[in-house]
This record gives sequence, structure tokens and C-alpha cells, in this order.
Amino acid sequence: MATVLEDVGRGTIAHLDYVGSLNIQLWATLRAMGSALPLVGNRYRWQAAVRQMLQIGVDALPMVALMAICTGFILAMQGASELRRFGAIHYVIDLVAVGFTRELGPLLTAIAVSGRSGSSFAAEIGTMKVTEELDSLRVMALEPVEFLLAPKYLAALISVPCLSIISNVCGILAGGLFMFFSTRLDPLLYLRYVLDSIVLRDVITGLIKSVAFATIIAHVGCLEGFRVRGGPDSVGRSTTSAVVKSTFLVIVADAVFTAIFYFTVKS
Amino acid sequence: MPIISIRDLVVQYDGHRILEGLNLDIEHGETMVLLGGSGSGKSTLLRQILALERPKSGAILVKGIDITRCSAAELKSVRRSIGVAFQSAALFNSLSVEDNVALPLREHTRLAPSIIELVVWMKLAVVGLADFGKFHPQELSGGMKKRAAVARALALEPEILVLDEPSAGLDPIVAAELDELILLLKEAFQMTVIVVTHEMPSAFRIADRIAMLYNGRFTSIGSKDEIKASQNPRVRQFLDRIPEDMTKTSAVAAYFGKYLQTQEASE
Repeated sequence: MATVLEDVGRGTIAHLDYVGSLNIQLWATLRAMGSALPLVGNRYRWQAAVRQMLQIGVDALPMVALMAICTGFILAMQGASELRRFGAIHYVIDLVAVGFTRELGPLLTAIAVSGRSGSSFAAEIGTMKVTEELDSLRVMALEPVEFLLAPKYLAALISVPCLSIISNVCGILAGGLFMFFSTRLDPLLYLRYVLDSIVLRDVITGLIKSVAFATIIAHVGCLEGFRVRGGPDSVGRSTTSAVVKSTFLVIVADAVFTAIFYFTVKS
Repeated sequence: MPIISIRDLVVQYDGHRILEGLNLDIEHGETMVLLGGSGSGKSTLLRQILALERPKSGAILVKGIDITRCSAAELKSVRRSIGVAFQSAALFNSLSVEDNVALPLREHTRLAPSIIELVVWMKLAVVGLADFGKFHPQELSGGMKKRAAVARALALEPEILVLDEPSAGLDPIVAAELDELILLLKEAFQMTVIVVTHEMPSAFRIADRIAMLYNGRFTSIGSKDEIKASQNPRVRQFLDRIPEDMTKTSAVAAYFGKYLQTQEASE
């Protein structure tokens, strides 16, 4: 019995320690963010942030677009097969448009970025830790949070919402293609229905979610890198852990945000 | 006043004492070699001097500032006066050698890019790597990496140069070349040099004074001649290369002797 309680206690403390570390890291990064901003900050940090934006955003674009197109088709086809029975196939347009802007666009993007960039952050920082490069930065009076994390976080904050918007557009276009081939619906008419079905609030809630997802991915990835202990094998473990934890936390955060937006609409 | 003063330094990890009340003064312009075997605590002491870890108790004064208790701004100013070359060189693999050397100059000075380029070339020329600036660290040999790390450590013309195991893993000729480089740098720049090593020939070539560590305590501190003449059993054991536990060594030797006899008998 004592062992079970000890295990529960140890697990709880470990999880609290992790959440606490994430919070401390987040505040430290927010304090250091000024250095990564253009014009007012350090130009080398801003250049690093731009490089990160290319890696997180531009390089992920084909993958995110393809994922969104496939999911748009799937959603439209699955929706159509049920709605057709009730003669309500035109509701597929609402389903795809609202589903993507509120939910699927940001979520799919976050999962893709978590797999690509979250793991890459953990591997990069973990390797730097193993090879004493982080110590080397500190003794050169350069703080790793400002030097490494701030540009990555800024890049994620800009890239992930942009990718989410592109994902929304691709998913909705895929729905349009399905409607054209299945019901010969004119693409321009489809577009008008889409614009009628989504409201600004849907887009804003989607973007708020994607900012939260970017925060989770950047901070979990970097924290996993900073927590590497030992040799190269632990870098591999931290990379896996970064993807698993950030994906899990993204879905939890999505549920929380969706609940908040749902209940605030009702009230 | 000594440039570095260590007072009653105690370091403990998970209840296990690593350093036990160390006291040491390092004077301006002297080369202090921290000598000791594996697990003696010399790398831990080095990390304390660089403020990479906090001690359990005691103080380390660098240029009169207690780096165990000072503010972040004070620590930053102290670190700018220390150049460090790590055992693994810890060069940034994503940057070329010249960008590695230029990094502290870009971050901490307002020098024009052309001046930085010139300073970098000079620092690389000092360590004999003027023609290797465009190379990446992974394209250099072990000895060249260490020299590049020394060039980076010299970038801001530090008052204190810290070298962690400079000759570890190098052949005797390259190790001797590095020793001569350290002597040259000390003479040319009048720096205080701290070298952590367990290589006896290197220590006796470059040291003004040697502090010998054993089990987290200084067993002997003195000039090269004093250390050579020391009758302290731990110093003698280290100088005369006497194994730690003769009982265990002879038991292992007896076991191998017996094994070889049985092998010969079976043949």
C-alpha cells in the first residue's frame, strides 16, 4: 500500500515539476522575446527567428496542405454519405467550412508542426546540451533562453497561425472539389455558401487555438531538449517524448478551448 | 588581491559530497593547473568557477565578485572577462569556424563587420588556423577543434583563460603543440590561465602552480618543484602511477593468469 502511495506521490510530483518548469520557461521566454523582435531587438535573433519561420512554416507547407486536402475530402465524403439520406447534402459546406476554421485547420497544423518542429527543437537543444554547447553559450554570457528559445517561440507564434489559415483554405477547397464532382455545384456558389456559413468569430477562435498550440509545441520541444541528461540515447528519448507530450497537450488544450468557446457562445 | 578566490567551497549532489571545503587563491597572470584523477572533482570545480552550477556552501570570488550570490548582470560582466575552451571544444556545429569565433564579438561588441572579420582572422592566426575559417567544426581534426575553441575563447581578449583537458584525446605531438600555444598566449596576452588536466607532462610544462585534487579535497598546492618533491602519498601515487587498490589489481591479475593457464592447457 505504501509503495502504491509512494508511486502516486512521485508521479504527481514529477508531473507538477514538469508543468512548473514549462511555466518558468514560458515566462523567461516572454521576458526575452523583445530581443528577437525586428528593429527594437537584436538583429541576429531576428535573423534566427526568420530562419526558424522558414523551417517551421515554409518547409511544412506541402505537408500541411496535403493533410488538409485529404482531411477536407474525407470530411466532405463522410458528411455527404449521411446527410444525403436526409436530403441535406448542402450542409456538407457548413460542416467543412466551420469544421476547418474552428477545429481541424489549427489541430491538423499543430499535429504536423509537433511532429516536424517539436521533435527538431528537442533534438537540436538536446544535442547542444550533450556536446556542452549550451554551457559554452552560458560562459560566453549568452542565455540559451534568449539565444535559442526566443527566436523559435517567435517563429512558431507567427508560422503556426499562418499555416492554420492555409490549412483552412486547403480543407475548404477540397470540400469544394468534392461538391463540384458529386453535385456539380458551381465553385463560386460554393465559395459564397462558405462565406455565409463562417463568421469572424470562427476564424478568431481557430487562430487563438493555433497560438496556444504554437506555445505548447515550442515550449515542450525546447524543455525536452533542456532536460536531456547523459548521452546521445537520451536525445532520442527526448525527441520522442517531445512529440508525444506536445501532441497530447495540444489535444487537451483543444478540448479546453473548445469547451470555453462553446459555453461562452451559449451564455 | 587574487583574481580568483575560492573560499570553503562545498558541492553536493543528491546528498553525496563532491567537493569538501576547498580553499584556493589564483593570482593575476599565473597559470594554475588543477590536477587530479578521474572522479577527483576537478571538472566539478571548473563548473563552479564558471558559475554553471551553484555550490551547497562557500564562495567563489572572481575579480572581487562572489559569483555564487551575485546578480545576473554582475555574472554576465564576470563571464565576459573569462574565455573558456571546453574538453569537447563545444564549437557550434551549425556555424563555420570563423562564425564560431565571431559569435562573442557580434553579441558583445558594436564592432563593424569588417573589423570583426579582421579580429577573427587574427585570433585564428594566433592558434594556427587562419586558413581554416570557412571550415565547419566537423571537418577539423581533434587538435584543430581544440585550437579553434581556444581562438573563440580569446575573442573578447579575456583576463582569464580556462582550458578543460586541452590535451585529452590528442597524440603527444599535438598535445605538446597545444602546451606551447598556452605558454605563448600567456606570454603574449599576460592572462591568468586555469588548466584542468590529468596529463602530467602537460601540467609540468605549463604550470606556475599546481593544485592537486583527490576525493574532492586539495591534497597539495604548490609550484611544479614543490609538487615533484612532495611526499604526500596521494601526490606520489599520482606521480608514480601506482594503482588505487593493489589487492584488487593482484586478484584480477591472478584470475587472468589462471584463465591463460587453462587456455594453454586446453590447446
